[in-house]
Amino acid sequence: MADFWIILTGTLVAATCGVLGCFLVLRKMAMVGDAISHSVLPGIAIAFLISGSRDSILMLAGAAVLGLITVFLIQSLQNGGLQSDASIGIVFTALFAIGVILISRNAAHIDLDLDCVLFGEIAYVQWDTLIINGYDMGPAAVWLLGGTLLVVLIVIGLFYKQFKLCAFDPALAAAVGIPVALFHYLLMGLVSLSTVASFESVGAILVVGMLIVPASTAYLLTDRLSVMLIYSVLIGAASSIGGYYAAKWLDASIAGSMITVAGLLFVLAFVFSPLHGLVARYHKRRSLKAASA
Amino acid sequence: MTTYPLEVNRLTVAYQKKPVLNSVSFQIPSGKLIGVLGPNGAGKSTLLKAVLGLIPKVEGDVSIFGRPYREQRKSVGYVPQRESVDWDFPTNALDVVMMGRYGHLGWFRRPGAKERDIAMECLGKVGMADYAGRQISQLSGGQQQRVFLARALAQSANLYFMDEPFAGVDATTEKAIIQLLHELKDQGKTVMVVHHDLSTVQEYFDHILLLNGELVAAGPTKDIFTPNHLQKTYGGRIAMLQDFAAVPAGQV
Repeated sequence: MADFWIILTGTLVAATCGVLGCFLVLRKMAMVGDAISHSVLPGIAIAFLISGSRDSILMLAGAAVLGLITVFLIQSLQNGGLQSDASIGIVFTALFAIGVILISRNAAHIDLDLDCVLFGEIAYVQWDTLIINGYDMGPAAVWLLGGTLLVVLIVIGLFYKQFKLCAFDPALAAAVGIPVALFHYLLMGLVSLSTVASFESVGAILVVGMLIVPASTAYLLTDRLSVMLIYSVLIGAASSIGGYYAAKWLDASIAGSMITVAGLLFVLAFVFSPLHGLVARYHKRRSLKAASA
Repeated sequence: MTTYPLEVNRLTVAYQKKPVLNSVSFQIPSGKLIGVLGPNGAGKSTLLKAVLGLIPKVEGDVSIFGRPYREQRKSVGYVPQRESVDWDFPTNALDVVMMGRYGHLGWFRRPGAKERDIAMECLGKVGMADYAGRQISQLSGGQQQRVFLARALAQSANLYFMDEPFAGVDATTEKAIIQLLHELKDQGKTVMVVHHDLSTVQEYFDHILLLNGELVAAGPTKDIFTPNHLQKTYGGRIAMLQDFAAVPAGQV
């Protein structure tokens, strides 16, 4: 049963992040995803300090608020004339550092481990079960992640055309009356939510891998956004499953193995993708040369 | 009282306090091809974006067919500069043209068979029907521009704004575009085009706006496209420009 829960958790993380990651990659905002995943740390810490428990709903709220503040601050610095990469670097390291201070100062008397926040501990997920009326409903993380995935799918499903147009051509989107800023913050809010829902299992650092790597792999494999979303989820799921067994075999960190597998799949796509891979491009160039010779 | 397709009153736009457009006022006549001309940084694109509400204005009023733009979105079509989007985006030509219908679909409706038919028809009008399923990065610059035009056609508007549709396209595409503009005009639509090539102004446009941070002049091309006005718009730097205006249309 342990295998099942861990793989299910990993797959739920991969699916949630995979969908959102596609939009981040296409909007060239991969590093904003990175920033959010780090700067939700103080939100988690503050929610924890207030409630004194790892009550996930409160943590979700705290982290989501911090995520939106992060995006807002990055935007403000950019509008103030700073380069976008510098703005991202400043905001997320500063907020992350505050989170580290908050957690380390209170580490003695609270049950929130910095290592766990940073790297996650997906193997423990199965012990923290949700109990309703004395019934064991399975791991709480699975419910939390399942709920988050549902929210993400509903929002993206309802507003697919808006998210798509905002990603491709925000000027036209604004011109036809789509509230571009609203959808920007909605996407960022979803990224914050899924980051914090995932952090317990894969940690604040590796969740970036789940956001960016499967989506980038999918980007290399298709020319359709809808297909890219599906591939991204499938690649993420394959990384979770493959990573879990690799970790078992190597006796190593599960989350680390999952992202490593995702990285390997990316390299495979980068080299062998029939559309954009190195090999395909090499053959195309060769055949062009042969044709002109 | 006639309502103009576009009426702009004392429009001022600034980027971080630096004024780009200073108190610009004009009206454009209905059913004409209108060229917006001026040197780099004169605020031509800015004018379009401010009219469409894409950038905030410091002050001034814009009305489209007598009402604010917000109420007239569906009667306006927009072709942004081609470089403003990422052509590696995973989508095909038909899909991009269907995006022109999104504004008509409201919040929740998805594009369906009807939108697909309209998009195919618009692709056909720009001679791109054979490329409907082509990934957009595999289209040439001219083909990409035609896809953008088809998307604007799909907006089925009465007033079109086009930001440098002739930039970086080959002669065939340029001819196809100008033919399309004439078809739109013949249907009674108004088209306002940001343009760079002074040698084609007299041939293409009925009416021009000369911009240089401020409005230098606006009116029928034959009255406004004069050495004197061009001098004022472009400064003394480009003395040869006057040659364009000195030669009657069609002989350039």
